[in-house]
Order: sequence, then C-alpha cells, then structure tokens
Amino acid sequence: MIAEIKQVANKDKTSSPAQVLLIHALYKSFGSNHVLIDFNLEVKEGESVVVLGKSGSGKSVLIKCIIGLLKPDKGRIEMFGENIPEINEDELDRIRARVGFLFQSNALYDSMTVRENLEFPLRRHWIKVSQGEINTMVLAALEDVGLAHTMDMMPAELSGGMRKRVALARTLILKPEIILYDEPTTGLDPITGKEIIELMMEIQEKYNTTSLIISHDMNCVKLASTRVVILADGRCYASDTYERLKQSKDPVVKHFFE
Amino acid sequence: MIKSKEMAQISLWRNFFDEAGDVSRFTGRFFSQWFRPRYEVGEFFHQCFVIGYKSLPLVGLTGFIMGLVLTIQLRPSMVDYGVESQLPAIVGIAIVREIGPVITALIFAGKIGSSIGAELGSMKVTEQIDAMEVSGTNPFKYLVVTRVLAATLTLPVLVILGDAIALYGSYLGVNIRGVTSFNLFWTQVFDNLSFSDVLPAFIKSYFFGFAVGVIGCYKGYNSSKGTEGVGRSANSAVVVSSVIIFVIDLLVVQVTDVLGIN
Repeated sequence: MIAEIKQVANKDKTSSPAQVLLIHALYKSFGSNHVLIDFNLEVKEGESVVVLGKSGSGKSVLIKCIIGLLKPDKGRIEMFGENIPEINEDELDRIRARVGFLFQSNALYDSMTVRENLEFPLRRHWIKVSQGEINTMVLAALEDVGLAHTMDMMPAELSGGMRKRVALARTLILKPEIILYDEPTTGLDPITGKEIIELMMEIQEKYNTTSLIISHDMNCVKLASTRVVILADGRCYASDTYERLKQSKDPVVKHFFE
Repeated sequence: MIKSKEMAQISLWRNFFDEAGDVSRFTGRFFSQWFRPRYEVGEFFHQCFVIGYKSLPLVGLTGFIMGLVLTIQLRPSMVDYGVESQLPAIVGIAIVREIGPVITALIFAGKIGSSIGAELGSMKVTEQIDAMEVSGTNPFKYLVVTRVLAATLTLPVLVILGDAIALYGSYLGVNIRGVTSFNLFWTQVFDNLSFSDVLPAFIKSYFFGFAVGVIGCYKGYNSSKGTEGVGRSANSAVVVSSVIIFVIDLLVVQVTDVLGIN
C-alpha cells in the first residue's frame, strides 16, 4: 500500500513536479471574527516554510483548513493536485495518508501505549502490512527520534520533550511527503525546543520531505525555515527568507524580529 | 429589575431548548452513522468489556446491599400486617419492576456517564479527536457509536445480574430473623412475577443505557474551555443522564399503563 501511495505521488510529481501545496484566496471566519482574508501561499517540494504570526492571528486555523479539519468559507487548498475542501472523505483520507501532522498538544492517545499510538495510523489508513512489518516500522520510527526504549510505555510516563518526539515518530510512520507542524516548540524549554527543531531538520533531510511549520518561536523560524511567511490581519503579509525579512524596514515585519 | 429577571428566565429557557436541540441532532447523527460501514467491531467489543464487565463489581455490590437493606427495612411493616411470609414476593416485585433497573441505571450513569464524559472531553481538548480524524478514522463512529451501542446493550445485562444479586441479598436478609430455604425463597419470588413485570423493566433498561451513552458522549464530545470544561462535562453527563433516567421511567410507567401491561 505504501508503494502504491509512493507511485501515485511520483505520478503527481511528473505532472506538477515542484508544487506540493497551493492556497488561493482562502477565507475563514468565525461569526464576525474574520480570521483568514484572501490568504495565498505556495509550498514547493523540499521547502521548509514557516508561517509566522501573533497568537490568535489564525495560524492554527490555517493549518487545520489545510488538513481538512476545518472547512474554509471560500478559496482553494490544493494538495497533491486535489482541492481539499471539495473532495469526499475517502479521497481526503488518501491525501492524509501522504501528510504528517504534528499537533501543538502532541495529541497522543492517553489510553494507548507508545507502540499502539504509532500503529494506529498504519491500521486506520487501510495499509496492508503484516504485524512483523508493523513492528519494524514502529521500531524504525522510534529509532529516528531516539526513543526506541519507550515502545511499551504509556504517554503519561513520558516527559514533554519525549512526548513531542513520539508524536513526531507517529507522523513519520507513514513516510509522509509533507509534514505540517503546529507550534512544534510550544511548552518546551529552550534546550528541548532546539533539540526538536534539529530533529525536524534531520527528518526533513533523511526522508526528503516538505515542511510547513506554524510558529511564533523566532528560534524555530531562524533554524528551520528556508522561507518565512508572515500572517498578519488574515493575509499573507510578507514572504521571504529569514535573513531578508530580518533586514526589512516594514514596521509590521520589523515588529516580529525585534 | 423585573425586566432583567424576565430576561434571565428567557435566556435559561433558550439555553435549555438550544441544548435539547443539540442533543437531538447528536442523537440523529448517531442513528445516521451506526449502521454505515466502516464498522468498528473491535472497539465495540472493547467498550462492552470496559463499560459492561468492569461495571459488574459495583453493580453487584450495590445490588446486594439494596436487596439486603430493602428486606430488613420492609420486615417490621410486613410483620405488623401479618404478611411476613410474602416478603420474598414483595421484594422480588419491587426489585425486578422498579428498584433494580433504576438504581442500576443511576449507578451506571455515575460510573460510565462520568467516565465517558471525562474521557471524550479530555480527548477533545488535547486534540486527540482531531488526531484520529487525521489518521483516517471517523472519530464519531470510533468513539461515540461504539460507546453508545455498548452502553445500550450492556445495561440490560447488568440489570439482570444486579437484580439476581439483589434477590440473593434479600434471601440473606430474610434469613437474618427467620429460616426460609433457598428453594422456597426463589419459588415465592418467581411465582409472583409475571411477564408484565419483567418485560417493561427489561425494555426500559435499554432506554436507560442509551440515554447514559448518548448524554455522556454528547457532553464529552462537545467539551471546551480546557480542563475546567472536562470536569464540567463529566459532572453534567451524570446529572443530565440521571434526570433523563427518571423521565424515561415515568414515561414507561405511563405507556405500560395505557397499554394495560401494568
């Protein structure tokens, strides 16, 4: 099944080699609160794009619209050539099998062991693999994040940084082509936060994935980005490399780098 | 002053009807999804084990005490009226028709309603429900449908077992101050029970189980405001489902009365 997914992915690559995600004229409101207003973004293969914005600026809403957890009011979100808001549940599940999502709160299932947490996406996405293969994949994913010894532990027994690593291993288990990170360093001390960022970069290099990172942590922005997008007033206010944006004289942009 | 009081009353009623509407929609969603594939058979059996089997010790203990205490409390009055020999029959009818199903359902609401409310509530606020959806799972089916079905199907079984244990407690209660053989006790109980005693009690147990499952899941699934919201979900799951159990009980009595099976 994973081979099939990869084949489909390769087919897509031949038709549109560079573009993984395209967001066009995206609108999302909650009552009178207009969170996203004509938001546009393009993410190309191999990029590591950080969306930077103030708390409550709509970063998490954006990432949840991309993965199909929220339905936008208007606009297109094309991932692997499919318009996410318009596709049915089965098609969305097929797309989601190619996307990793690291939740801000890690979202590890409390009632399951680390092993069961990692097995869950494999079993749920109808991927036909034997128990032996599942064991190998779980072990490999945990080794990637340096936590093979925690396999039979419960999430409650792990520290904050370890939980984040396990959550990252769970997103890796399906070998995603793009990983969406929602505030990956929130709630972690600076040292653990830096370790997580380094781990994200290692993973990106090892598996040749694309990353879309939502963050307001400037350390994360500096270390993990190949491009930074500033989300302000619901719009894509600026998009450039970290270094160039840092030199910007624009007061809104400057405000983030001060 | 009067206006603000009226406004508060209107707001209270509006909230009540809003909530009732939301619960109805939630129940409708359950019925529209439970028979559609993909069937979460493994999770359903797991929930039957957690909801049913793990509630058995508590239901058994409360049933035993209930039967014993009821018998001890009834005895003086029965002696006064000179019908002490009818004690097993009276206790049997009271337990099977009313006390057994209602007390078991209330215990069930306290244990399972709060547990479902808290579990789903904490899953909601820690994004575990979203994580399930991202992992190719319909969380409503996986979490709600399985729990509601398990609660609906296991409560009647718990009621039967609870009734049996309560009657055993009653048998011990009868024998504290007298001597009644095991066979005589059970013969007296069953000779005085009819089909119209057992059937409505059995059927209403399904409704009680369904109510506990739906309210627990609804409160948990719609939990918000962080950990405070989780506690509130668990608490209101118990309160609301307990009230609904009494309302269903009242309705069943009325319906069986109208149908003449009382």
